[in-house]
Amino acid sequence: MIQILAFYLFAIVVVLSGVLCVTARNPVHSVMWLILAFFNAAGLMLLVGAEFIAMLLVIVYVGAVAVLFLFVVMMLDIDFTEMRSGFAKYLPIGVALVAVLAGEIIFATSAWNAGGIPLGDAPTPDPEAIPNIQALGLLIYTRYLFIFEGAGLVLLVALIGAIVLTHRKRGDVRHQNIAKQNQRRPEEATVNMKPPVGQGVEL
Amino acid sequence: MIGLQHYLTVSAILFVTGVFGIFLNRKNLIIILMAIELILLAVNINLVAFSAFLHDLVGQVFAMFVLTVAAGEAAIGLAILVIYFRARGTISVDDVNRMKG
Repeated sequence: MIQILAFYLFAIVVVLSGVLCVTARNPVHSVMWLILAFFNAAGLMLLVGAEFIAMLLVIVYVGAVAVLFLFVVMMLDIDFTEMRSGFAKYLPIGVALVAVLAGEIIFATSAWNAGGIPLGDAPTPDPEAIPNIQALGLLIYTRYLFIFEGAGLVLLVALIGAIVLTHRKRGDVRHQNIAKQNQRRPEEATVNMKPPVGQGVEL
Repeated sequence: MIGLQHYLTVSAILFVTGVFGIFLNRKNLIIILMAIELILLAVNINLVAFSAFLHDLVGQVFAMFVLTVAAGEAAIGLAILVIYFRARGTISVDDVNRMKG
């Protein structure tokens, strides 16, 4: 009983926050709704026993991606009221297209006729035999090792690409000259002086 | 009883919400990127639900790879957004067709 309640709670909140995310007036609010959607999707995944993916969703999406979005939204100085000028124009065609798409997908899944399977009672793998994270680790580091390494490579390329794209040389700031620093010797750096009383030091 | 059908329905609704968001916010590139994240989240829910239904852990492995690609896509997309804004002073998608041949 409580699983059914939890499922409907998570499902309703994830759908509602998704809708609010794309319709919110303020992009900062959009990011907040996105975070709520991710949290509830993680709850949905916990219900079928996919603990590791659920935790990954919270850590990667909420901890990194959503914060990145928030950072960019707050960093850019954008007139967001002007952004929404086409909102009413695109609404009817958007609603029409989405209604058709949703109808098709739900019809297709219904036609597939997969109802009545107690997903919550049969998590993969059997938690008595082996924990979810351990089983995933066994798969990732053996059969899917190269794909896993490829995923790491994708992240590395994204990391370097993001830095290369956004990095710029600025002319109005002072840069550190390491060679000049290393060539500096005590003899030329310090001077021993004995200034007369009452007069300042001339540099 | 909650079955695969329920999960697929939630995922489908979330997916079309993402598509709807892309249509609705034609001017705001940030919301479009967020809508793409919603679509990828729907895909992940699908993969995990099928993984539980078919008793095959491969679905969860692939959900992880989708997550990786989504993180990379968000980083690169936002980087492009930042340099585009720096160059043009706007993030309106309607103006991005300058590179069209």
